[in-house]
Amino acid sequence: MNSQFFLSLISGIFIGGVAGYLGSLMLTKRMALVGDALGHVALPGMGLALLFGFNVSIGAFLFLLLGIFLIWLFEIKTSLPMEALVGIVFVASLAIGFLIVPEPELLEALLGDISKVSFEMAITSVIFSLLIFFVIKRIYPKMILTNISEDLAKSEGIKVKKENFIYLLSIAAMVALGVKIVGSLLVGALVIIPAATARNLSKNLKEYSLGSIVLGILSCLFGSLLFKITHLPAGPLIILFSTLFFLISLIFKR
Amino acid sequence: MENSILKVENLNVELDGEKILENLSFEVRGGEVLTILGPNGAGKTVLLKTLLGILPYEGEIKWAPGIKIGYVPQRLPFIKDIPMSVEEFFQLKNVSEKEINPSTRAELGAGLVPHRNEVSGAGEILKSIGLGKEILKRKIGELSSGQFQRILVGWALSSNPQVLLFDEPMTGIDIGGQESVYNLLEKLKREKNFTILLVTHDLSIVYKFATNCLCLNKKILCYSTPKELTTERLSQLYGGKIKFYEHKHE
Repeated sequence: MNSQFFLSLISGIFIGGVAGYLGSLMLTKRMALVGDALGHVALPGMGLALLFGFNVSIGAFLFLLLGIFLIWLFEIKTSLPMEALVGIVFVASLAIGFLIVPEPELLEALLGDISKVSFEMAITSVIFSLLIFFVIKRIYPKMILTNISEDLAKSEGIKVKKENFIYLLSIAAMVALGVKIVGSLLVGALVIIPAATARNLSKNLKEYSLGSIVLGILSCLFGSLLFKITHLPAGPLIILFSTLFFLISLIFKR
Repeated sequence: MENSILKVENLNVELDGEKILENLSFEVRGGEVLTILGPNGAGKTVLLKTLLGILPYEGEIKWAPGIKIGYVPQRLPFIKDIPMSVEEFFQLKNVSEKEINPSTRAELGAGLVPHRNEVSGAGEILKSIGLGKEILKRKIGELSSGQFQRILVGWALSSNPQVLLFDEPMTGIDIGGQESVYNLLEKLKREKNFTILLVTHDLSIVYKFATNCLCLNKKILCYSTPKELTTERLSQLYGGKIKFYEHKHE
C-alpha cells in the first residue's frame, strides 16, 4: 500500500464515519435530501477553488454558508416551505457552477477525487471530522428531543434556535469535507444511506447512531479499496457499497 | 390569595399579527384540576404553551416560586420515526439542565435518569404510571397508543413537578386506552395531589374529574365549577352546534 493511497483511505474513513453520524441526525429531522441539495450549492465554490488552486473544501464551505444564509433570508421574506427555497438556491448554484467551472475540473467537482489527497489535506480532514463529531455528539440528544417536539424541547429549556444553528453549520462543514471524497453529486448519499441502513437494523438510538458511523466507515473503506484495484472513480464505488449495505439491511430489517 | 400556584393577569398573546388570546385573567390554587374547554382554534394549546414560557406574551404570568411544571404535549407524530428505546427517551429528559449546572444532578437523582445509562428510581415512576420495568428496553414505535401516552406522562413526572399541564391527553387513543389514561390521571391526583391544567374536548372528564373549568374562545367566556357549566354556556362556547349529551347534576 503506497502512502498516497493510505492518506486517501484515512481521510475517507474519518469523513465517512462522521458523515454517517450526522446523517443519523438528519434522517430523524426528515432532512434526508438536504445534504444532496447542499452538495450542489457547494459546486460554484469548488469550481473557483479548482480554478485558483486552493482547497476545494474551503471554497465549498464559503458557498455553503452563503447558500444557507440565502435560504434563511428567503424564509423570512416568504411563507414558502423550506423545501422550495432550498430547491431554488440549489438549482441556481448548480447553474452558476456549470458556467464557472472549467470542463476538466467539472467532473472532479461532481464526482470527487480521492487520489490527490496531500498530507496536509489528510490531517485537516481528520481534525475537522473529529471536530464535527464532537460538536454533533454534544447537540445530539437536544436535537433528537427537538425533532420529537420543539415545544417539548423548549419546555425543557433547550435553546432550539441556537442548537439548530450549530446543527446547520455542522452540515455545511460536513458537506464541505464530503465533496472532496465523493463530489457534489453524491455527497448527499454519503450522509443519508448509512443512516437509512442503520435505522433498518437498530432498535434503539445507540445502535442507530453507532451503526450509521460504522456503515459510513465501511462504505468508504470498501469503496476506496475497490478503487485501488479497478481504478474506477472512488465516489460512485463508495456510494454503491453504501447502497449494497442498504439492500442487505432490507433482508434483516427489524 | 393563599396557596396560589398560578396567577394570570391581563394575558395577551399575538402570533403573526393575529390576536390569539385576549385579556385572560384567572388563578389556580394548589390541588385544583382546571380543565380548559373551547372549540378548535380557541387558543387552548397556545395558552398552555404561553404558561410554559414557550411563546411571547403581554401581561402577567406568575407561577409560585420554585414550582416545577411537567408538560404532556398533544401529539408527537414524529417520535415513531426514530429508533429509540423507552429508556433512551427518558434519558433525553434534563439534557439541558445537566449542561447548565452539574450540581443539580443530585437533585435530579429523584427523577428517572440522573446519569447516563443508570436508571435509578425508574421503578417508582413506572409503577405510578402502571407499567413494568421491562418496558424500558422496548422500542417507542412498538408501544400501543395507551402505553405511549403513559410514557409521556411518566416523562413529565420524572422531574418531580408539582404542576402538570396536559394537552388533550386522550386524543388518538382507543376507548380502552382512554379509560386507563383517565384512571391514571385520577390515581396520580389522589396520591400526589398534583395541580393539573388539562385541555380537553371530553366533557365526561370535566364532570368526573375537574374542580374548575375555563371556557375559552380567545377570551374567557366562563370560569366556573363543572356543576355551573350549563348547556347555554356550552352552546355559546361551541357556537350552538353542540348537542349536549351528559349533564348529571341534581
